[in-house]
Amino acid sequence: MLLNWKTGGLLLGLVFFAAVLLVKPIGVSTQFVILDGIVADAITPELITKTDEGYTSTNAYLAKSNGKYAKAASNPLNYSFIFVAAMILGGLLSSRLRGGVEKGEREISALWRANFGDSKVKRYAAAFAGGFIVLYGARLAGGCTSGHMMSGMMQTSLSGYIFALGAFGAAIPVSLLMFKKGV
Amino acid sequence: MTVIILAIVIGLAFGVVLDRIGATNPTVIGKMLNLTNLNLAKTILLAIGTGSLLMFAGQMLGLVDVGHMSVKSAYIGVFIGGLLLGTGWAVAGYCPGTSVVAAGTGRKDAWFFIAGGLLGAAAYMVTYPSWKAWGLLDSIAGGKVTLGTVPGAKYDGLSALPGDVLGIALGLALIALAFALPTRMSPKAPEMLPAE
Repeated sequence: MLLNWKTGGLLLGLVFFAAVLLVKPIGVSTQFVILDGIVADAITPELITKTDEGYTSTNAYLAKSNGKYAKAASNPLNYSFIFVAAMILGGLLSSRLRGGVEKGEREISALWRANFGDSKVKRYAAAFAGGFIVLYGARLAGGCTSGHMMSGMMQTSLSGYIFALGAFGAAIPVSLLMFKKGV
Repeated sequence: MTVIILAIVIGLAFGVVLDRIGATNPTVIGKMLNLTNLNLAKTILLAIGTGSLLMFAGQMLGLVDVGHMSVKSAYIGVFIGGLLLGTGWAVAGYCPGTSVVAAGTGRKDAWFFIAGGLLGAAAYMVTYPSWKAWGLLDSIAGGKVTLGTVPGAKYDGLSALPGDVLGIALGLALIALAFALPTRMSPKAPEMLPAE
Protein backbone atom coordinates (compact mmCIF):
# COMPACT_ATOMS: atom_id res chain seq x y z
CA MET A 1 0.00 0.00 0.00
CA LEU A 2 2.76 2.44 0.91
CA LEU A 3 5.41 3.20 -1.66
CA ASN A 4 8.91 1.99 -0.88
CA TRP A 5 11.32 4.78 0.00
CA LYS A 6 13.07 4.79 -3.36
CA THR A 7 9.91 5.26 -5.43
CA GLY A 8 8.31 7.54 -2.85
CA GLY A 9 11.40 9.69 -2.44
CA LEU A 10 11.84 10.03 -6.19
CA LEU A 11 8.18 11.02 -6.69
CA LEU A 12 8.27 13.50 -3.80
CA GLY A 13 11.47 15.00 -5.20
CA LEU A 14 9.82 15.33 -8.63
CA VAL A 15 6.86 17.19 -7.08
CA PHE A 16 9.21 19.65 -5.32
CA PHE A 17 11.15 20.07 -8.57
CA ALA A 18 7.98 20.59 -10.64
CA ALA A 19 6.85 23.30 -8.23
CA VAL A 20 10.09 25.28 -8.49
CA LEU A 21 10.31 24.69 -12.25
CA LEU A 22 6.77 25.87 -13.00
CA VAL A 23 5.91 28.32 -10.22
CA LYS A 24 7.84 28.60 -6.94
CA PRO A 25 9.01 26.42 -4.04
CA ILE A 26 6.33 24.62 -2.02
CA GLY A 27 5.22 26.07 1.32
CA VAL A 28 2.16 25.47 3.49
CA SER A 29 2.14 27.15 6.89
CA THR A 30 1.58 30.72 5.62
CA GLN A 31 -1.88 29.63 4.48
CA PHE A 32 -2.96 29.12 8.11
CA VAL A 33 -2.33 32.86 8.57
CA ILE A 34 -4.18 33.65 5.34
CA LEU A 35 -7.24 31.65 6.44
CA ASP A 36 -7.12 33.40 9.84
CA GLY A 37 -6.94 36.71 7.98
CA ILE A 38 -9.93 35.83 5.79
CA VAL A 39 -12.03 34.85 8.80
CA ALA A 40 -10.96 37.81 10.96
CA ASP A 41 -11.54 40.27 8.12
CA ALA A 42 -15.04 38.85 7.57
CA ILE A 43 -15.83 39.48 11.25
CA THR A 44 -14.10 42.88 11.51
CA PRO A 45 -13.88 44.30 7.96
CA GLU A 46 -11.63 47.18 9.06
CA LEU A 47 -8.78 44.66 9.66
CA ILE A 48 -7.60 44.70 6.04
CA THR A 49 -7.86 47.83 3.89
CA LYS A 50 -7.01 48.57 0.29
CA THR A 51 -4.61 51.46 -0.26
CA ASP A 52 -3.33 53.22 -3.37
CA GLU A 53 -0.25 50.99 -3.38
CA GLY A 54 -1.95 47.73 -2.47
CA TYR A 55 -3.19 46.33 0.83
CA THR A 56 -2.47 46.97 4.48
CA SER A 57 -3.82 45.86 7.84
CA THR A 58 -4.23 47.08 11.39
CA ASN A 59 -2.43 43.84 12.34
CA ALA A 60 1.33 44.39 12.04
CA TYR A 61 1.95 40.82 10.87
CA LEU A 62 -0.58 40.99 8.02
CA ALA A 63 0.76 44.43 7.08
CA LYS A 64 4.44 43.38 6.91
CA SER A 65 6.34 43.11 3.60
CA ASN A 66 4.10 45.75 1.97
CA GLY A 67 0.94 43.94 3.00
CA LYS A 68 1.56 40.74 1.05
CA TYR A 69 -0.43 38.61 3.56
CA ALA A 70 -3.21 41.23 3.68
CA LYS A 71 -3.37 41.06 -0.11
CA ALA A 72 -3.52 37.25 -0.17
CA ALA A 73 -6.27 37.22 2.48
CA SER A 74 -8.28 39.68 0.38
CA ASN A 75 -7.79 37.55 -2.74
CA PRO A 76 -8.08 33.91 -1.64
CA LEU A 77 -8.06 32.66 -5.23
CA ASN A 78 -4.27 32.84 -5.36
CA TYR A 79 -1.75 30.10 -6.15
CA SER A 80 -0.59 29.30 -2.61
CA PHE A 81 -4.05 29.13 -1.04
CA ILE A 82 -5.55 26.96 -3.82
CA PHE A 83 -2.44 24.77 -3.62
CA VAL A 84 -3.16 23.88 0.01
CA ALA A 85 -6.87 23.33 -0.74
CA ALA A 86 -5.83 20.93 -3.52
CA MET A 87 -3.61 19.04 -1.05
CA ILE A 88 -6.73 18.14 0.97
CA LEU A 89 -8.31 16.76 -2.22
CA GLY A 90 -5.10 14.85 -2.92
CA GLY A 91 -5.42 13.18 0.48
CA LEU A 92 -9.07 12.35 -0.19
CA LEU A 93 -8.28 10.91 -3.62
CA SER A 94 -5.33 8.84 -2.43
CA SER A 95 -7.25 7.47 0.53
CA ARG A 96 -10.26 6.52 -1.62
CA LEU A 97 -7.98 4.68 -4.03
CA ARG A 98 -6.42 2.62 -1.23
CA GLY A 99 -9.72 1.86 0.51
CA GLY A 100 -9.62 4.57 3.18
CA VAL A 101 -8.23 4.78 6.70
CA GLU A 102 -9.60 2.09 9.06
CA LYS A 103 -12.29 3.08 11.56
CA GLY A 104 -10.31 3.14 14.83
CA GLU A 105 -7.20 4.51 13.19
CA ARG A 106 -9.14 7.55 11.95
CA GLU A 107 -9.48 8.85 15.51
CA ILE A 108 -6.37 7.46 17.19
CA SER A 109 -3.30 6.21 15.35
CA ALA A 110 -1.73 2.91 16.40
CA LEU A 111 1.42 4.29 18.05
CA TRP A 112 -0.59 6.77 20.15
CA ARG A 113 -3.03 4.02 21.20
CA ALA A 114 -0.17 1.73 22.29
CA ASN A 115 1.31 4.45 24.50
CA PHE A 116 -1.68 6.49 25.70
CA GLY A 117 -4.73 4.26 25.36
CA ASP A 118 -8.18 4.58 23.80
CA SER A 119 -9.30 8.03 25.00
CA LYS A 120 -10.38 10.11 22.00
CA VAL A 121 -10.54 13.26 24.13
CA LYS A 122 -6.90 12.80 25.13
CA ARG A 123 -5.82 12.25 21.53
CA TYR A 124 -7.82 15.18 20.16
CA ALA A 125 -6.52 17.47 22.92
CA ALA A 126 -2.93 16.46 22.13
CA ALA A 127 -3.51 17.01 18.40
CA PHE A 128 -5.02 20.45 19.09
CA ALA A 129 -2.18 21.48 21.44
CA GLY A 130 0.40 20.09 19.01
CA GLY A 131 -1.18 22.07 16.17
CA PHE A 132 -1.03 25.25 18.22
CA ILE A 133 2.69 24.85 19.01
CA VAL A 134 3.55 23.73 15.47
CA LEU A 135 1.92 26.70 13.74
CA TYR A 136 3.13 29.22 16.31
CA GLY A 137 6.64 27.87 15.80
CA ALA A 138 6.30 27.70 12.02
CA ARG A 139 5.25 31.35 11.83
CA LEU A 140 8.06 32.42 14.16
CA ALA A 141 10.49 30.48 11.98
CA GLY A 142 8.92 31.80 8.77
CA GLY A 143 8.13 28.37 7.36
CA CYS A 144 7.48 24.71 8.16
CA THR A 145 8.72 21.28 7.18
CA SER A 146 7.71 21.88 3.55
CA GLY A 147 8.87 25.45 3.05
CA HIS A 148 11.89 25.65 5.31
CA MET A 149 13.23 22.13 5.49
CA MET A 150 12.39 20.53 2.15
CA SER A 151 12.25 23.56 -0.17
CA GLY A 152 14.94 25.35 1.83
CA MET A 153 17.52 22.58 1.98
CA MET A 154 16.81 21.76 -1.66
CA GLN A 155 17.86 25.33 -2.54
CA THR A 156 20.87 25.13 -0.17
CA SER A 157 19.48 27.99 1.90
CA LEU A 158 21.14 28.55 5.27
CA SER A 159 17.78 29.08 7.01
CA GLY A 160 16.59 25.62 5.92
CA TYR A 161 19.51 23.97 7.71
CA ILE A 162 19.03 26.09 10.87
CA PHE A 163 15.34 25.18 10.90
CA ALA A 164 15.95 21.44 10.39
CA LEU A 165 18.49 21.45 13.22
CA GLY A 166 15.92 23.02 15.57
CA ALA A 167 13.00 20.85 14.42
CA PHE A 168 14.78 17.49 14.71
CA GLY A 169 16.71 18.69 17.78
CA ALA A 170 13.40 18.99 19.64
CA ALA A 171 11.30 16.34 17.87
CA ILE A 172 13.65 13.38 18.47
CA PRO A 173 14.06 13.77 22.27
CA VAL A 174 10.33 14.53 22.75
CA SER A 175 9.37 11.48 20.69
CA LEU A 176 11.86 9.24 22.51
CA LEU A 177 10.37 10.33 25.84
CA MET A 178 6.73 10.03 24.77
CA PHE A 179 6.60 6.93 22.62
CA LYS A 180 8.43 4.15 24.43
CA LYS A 181 6.07 1.32 23.50
CA GLY A 182 6.38 0.17 19.91
CA VAL A 183 3.71 -1.14 17.54
CA MET B 1 -5.78 31.18 -14.66
CA THR B 2 -2.84 29.00 -15.67
CA VAL B 3 -1.38 29.52 -12.24
CA ILE B 4 -4.60 28.30 -10.57
CA ILE B 5 -4.58 25.13 -12.69
CA LEU B 6 -0.95 24.56 -11.72
CA ALA B 7 -1.88 25.06 -8.05
CA ILE B 8 -4.55 22.37 -8.36
CA VAL B 9 -2.36 19.90 -10.27
CA ILE B 10 0.80 20.28 -8.15
CA GLY B 11 -1.19 20.50 -4.89
CA LEU B 12 -3.10 17.30 -5.75
CA ALA B 13 0.12 15.49 -6.64
CA PHE B 14 1.80 16.67 -3.43
CA GLY B 15 -1.18 15.47 -1.38
CA VAL B 16 -1.28 12.05 -3.04
CA VAL B 17 2.47 11.50 -2.68
CA LEU B 18 2.55 12.64 0.98
CA ASP B 19 -0.18 10.10 1.70
CA ARG B 20 1.50 7.27 -0.21
CA ILE B 21 4.86 7.68 1.54
CA GLY B 22 3.09 7.34 4.88
CA ALA B 23 3.64 10.95 6.00
CA THR B 24 -0.08 11.40 6.78
CA ASN B 25 0.09 8.62 9.38
CA PRO B 26 1.15 9.82 12.86
CA THR B 27 2.49 6.32 13.62
CA VAL B 28 4.94 6.54 10.70
CA ILE B 29 6.05 10.03 11.82
CA GLY B 30 6.38 8.83 15.43
CA LYS B 31 8.49 5.81 14.46
CA MET B 32 10.81 8.05 12.46
CA LEU B 33 11.17 10.55 15.32
CA ASN B 34 11.68 7.92 18.04
CA LEU B 35 14.22 6.34 15.69
CA THR B 36 12.61 2.91 15.45
CA ASN B 37 11.95 3.08 11.69
CA LEU B 38 13.83 5.48 9.44
CA ASN B 39 12.09 4.54 6.21
CA LEU B 40 10.40 7.96 5.99
CA ALA B 41 13.69 9.75 6.76
CA LYS B 42 15.25 7.92 3.80
CA THR B 43 12.31 8.99 1.61
CA ILE B 44 12.67 12.65 2.66
CA LEU B 45 16.46 12.69 2.15
CA LEU B 46 16.08 11.15 -1.31
CA ALA B 47 13.36 13.69 -2.17
CA ILE B 48 15.39 16.73 -1.10
CA GLY B 49 18.46 15.36 -2.89
CA THR B 50 16.51 14.61 -6.09
CA GLY B 51 14.85 18.03 -6.07
CA SER B 52 18.17 19.77 -5.52
CA LEU B 53 19.95 17.81 -8.21
CA LEU B 54 17.25 18.46 -10.82
CA MET B 55 16.85 22.14 -9.94
CA PHE B 56 20.55 23.05 -10.02
CA ALA B 57 21.33 20.86 -13.05
CA GLY B 58 18.34 22.47 -14.79
CA GLN B 59 19.67 25.92 -13.93
CA MET B 60 23.11 25.08 -15.34
CA LEU B 61 21.50 23.87 -18.57
CA GLY B 62 19.35 27.00 -18.72
CA LEU B 63 16.12 24.99 -18.44
CA VAL B 64 15.11 26.16 -14.99
CA ASP B 65 14.48 29.85 -14.22
CA VAL B 66 16.84 30.90 -11.40
CA GLY B 67 14.30 33.61 -10.58
CA HIS B 68 11.90 30.92 -9.28
CA MET B 69 14.14 30.35 -6.27
CA SER B 70 12.71 31.67 -3.03
CA VAL B 71 15.16 31.68 -0.14
CA LYS B 72 13.93 32.44 3.35
CA SER B 73 15.79 34.68 5.77
CA ALA B 74 18.00 33.31 8.57
CA TYR B 75 17.45 34.74 12.07
CA ILE B 76 17.48 33.44 15.66
CA GLY B 77 13.70 32.95 15.56
CA VAL B 78 14.15 30.32 12.82
CA PHE B 79 15.90 28.08 15.33
CA ILE B 80 13.47 28.82 18.21
CA GLY B 81 10.51 28.31 15.88
CA GLY B 82 12.10 25.07 14.69
CA LEU B 83 12.35 23.83 18.29
CA LEU B 84 8.67 24.66 18.89
CA LEU B 85 7.56 23.07 15.64
CA GLY B 86 9.63 19.96 16.40
CA THR B 87 8.00 19.62 19.82
CA GLY B 88 4.45 19.84 18.47
CA TRP B 89 5.34 17.64 15.51
CA ALA B 90 6.50 14.87 17.88
CA VAL B 91 3.45 15.23 20.17
CA ALA B 92 0.80 15.27 17.41
CA GLY B 93 2.54 13.37 14.61
CA TYR B 94 1.53 16.05 12.11
CA CYS B 95 3.18 19.06 10.55
CA PRO B 96 1.24 21.77 8.67
CA GLY B 97 1.44 20.10 5.25
CA THR B 98 0.76 16.53 6.35
CA SER B 99 -2.13 17.63 8.60
CA VAL B 100 -4.20 19.03 5.74
CA VAL B 101 -3.59 15.94 3.60
CA ALA B 102 -4.37 13.64 6.56
CA ALA B 103 -7.63 15.54 7.15
CA GLY B 104 -8.48 14.82 3.51
CA THR B 105 -7.82 11.09 4.02
CA GLY B 106 -10.44 11.03 6.79
CA ARG B 107 -8.29 11.27 9.91
CA LYS B 108 -10.35 13.15 12.49
CA ASP B 109 -7.48 14.07 14.82
CA ALA B 110 -5.93 15.98 11.91
CA TRP B 111 -8.88 18.41 11.98
CA PHE B 112 -8.15 19.08 15.65
CA PHE B 113 -4.52 19.72 14.74
CA ILE B 114 -5.64 22.19 12.04
CA ALA B 115 -7.97 23.96 14.49
CA GLY B 116 -5.12 24.26 17.01
CA GLY B 117 -2.87 25.43 14.18
CA LEU B 118 -5.25 28.21 13.14
CA LEU B 119 -5.32 29.39 16.76
CA GLY B 120 -1.52 29.13 17.05
CA ALA B 121 -1.06 31.14 13.83
CA ALA B 122 -3.49 33.75 15.17
CA ALA B 123 -1.55 33.89 18.45
CA TYR B 124 1.61 34.57 16.47
CA MET B 125 -0.10 37.32 14.47
CA VAL B 126 -0.90 39.05 17.78
CA THR B 127 2.50 38.51 19.44
CA TYR B 128 4.62 39.22 16.33
CA PRO B 129 5.54 42.80 17.40
CA SER B 130 7.23 41.48 20.58
CA TRP B 131 9.48 39.04 18.71
CA LYS B 132 10.38 41.84 16.35
CA ALA B 133 11.11 44.25 19.21
CA TRP B 134 13.34 41.67 20.92
CA GLY B 135 15.46 41.54 17.77
CA LEU B 136 14.85 37.81 17.31
CA LEU B 137 13.67 38.39 13.74
CA ASP B 138 16.80 40.35 12.76
CA SER B 139 18.83 38.74 9.99
CA ILE B 140 21.94 36.78 10.90
CA ALA B 141 24.77 35.68 8.58
CA GLY B 142 23.39 37.81 5.76
CA GLY B 143 19.72 36.77 6.09
CA LYS B 144 18.47 35.39 2.76
CA VAL B 145 21.60 33.48 1.80
CA THR B 146 22.45 30.22 0.10
CA LEU B 147 25.49 28.16 1.11
CA GLY B 148 27.28 28.87 -2.18
CA THR B 149 26.78 31.77 -4.60
CA VAL B 150 24.18 30.74 -7.19
CA PRO B 151 24.88 32.37 -10.59
CA GLY B 152 22.11 34.79 -11.58
CA ALA B 153 20.23 34.47 -8.27
CA LYS B 154 19.07 37.52 -6.32
CA TYR B 155 20.47 35.97 -3.11
CA ASP B 156 23.97 36.32 -1.71
CA GLY B 157 26.14 33.32 -0.99
CA LEU B 158 27.44 32.45 2.46
CA SER B 159 30.60 31.40 0.62
CA ALA B 160 32.02 32.24 -2.80
CA LEU B 161 31.74 28.58 -3.88
CA PRO B 162 29.72 28.15 -7.09
CA GLY B 163 26.20 27.65 -5.72
CA ASP B 164 24.91 25.45 -8.52
CA VAL B 165 27.85 23.03 -8.35
CA LEU B 166 27.57 22.98 -4.55
CA GLY B 167 23.81 22.34 -4.85
CA ILE B 168 24.44 19.32 -7.08
CA ALA B 169 27.15 18.03 -4.72
CA LEU B 170 24.88 18.41 -1.67
CA GLY B 171 22.00 16.83 -3.58
CA LEU B 172 24.17 13.80 -4.35
CA ALA B 173 25.35 13.71 -0.71
CA LEU B 174 21.74 13.65 0.56
CA ILE B 175 20.87 10.87 -1.89
CA ALA B 176 23.93 8.91 -0.71
CA LEU B 177 22.84 9.47 2.90
CA ALA B 178 19.36 8.18 2.04
CA PHE B 179 20.91 4.94 0.81
CA ALA B 180 23.39 4.70 3.71
CA LEU B 181 20.86 5.21 6.50
CA PRO B 182 19.61 1.92 7.97
CA THR B 183 15.83 1.43 7.97
CA ARG B 184 15.73 0.11 11.49
CA MET B 185 17.99 1.03 14.33
CA SER B 186 18.15 0.57 18.04
CA PRO B 187 16.07 3.19 19.83
CA LYS B 188 19.01 3.62 22.16
CA ALA B 189 21.35 5.08 19.56
CA PRO B 190 20.10 8.61 18.84
CA GLU B 191 23.59 9.89 18.17
CA MET B 192 23.60 7.84 14.97
CA LEU B 193 21.09 10.15 13.30
CA PRO B 194 22.65 12.77 11.07
CA ALA B 195 21.83 16.36 12.00
CA GLU B 196 20.03 17.13 8.77
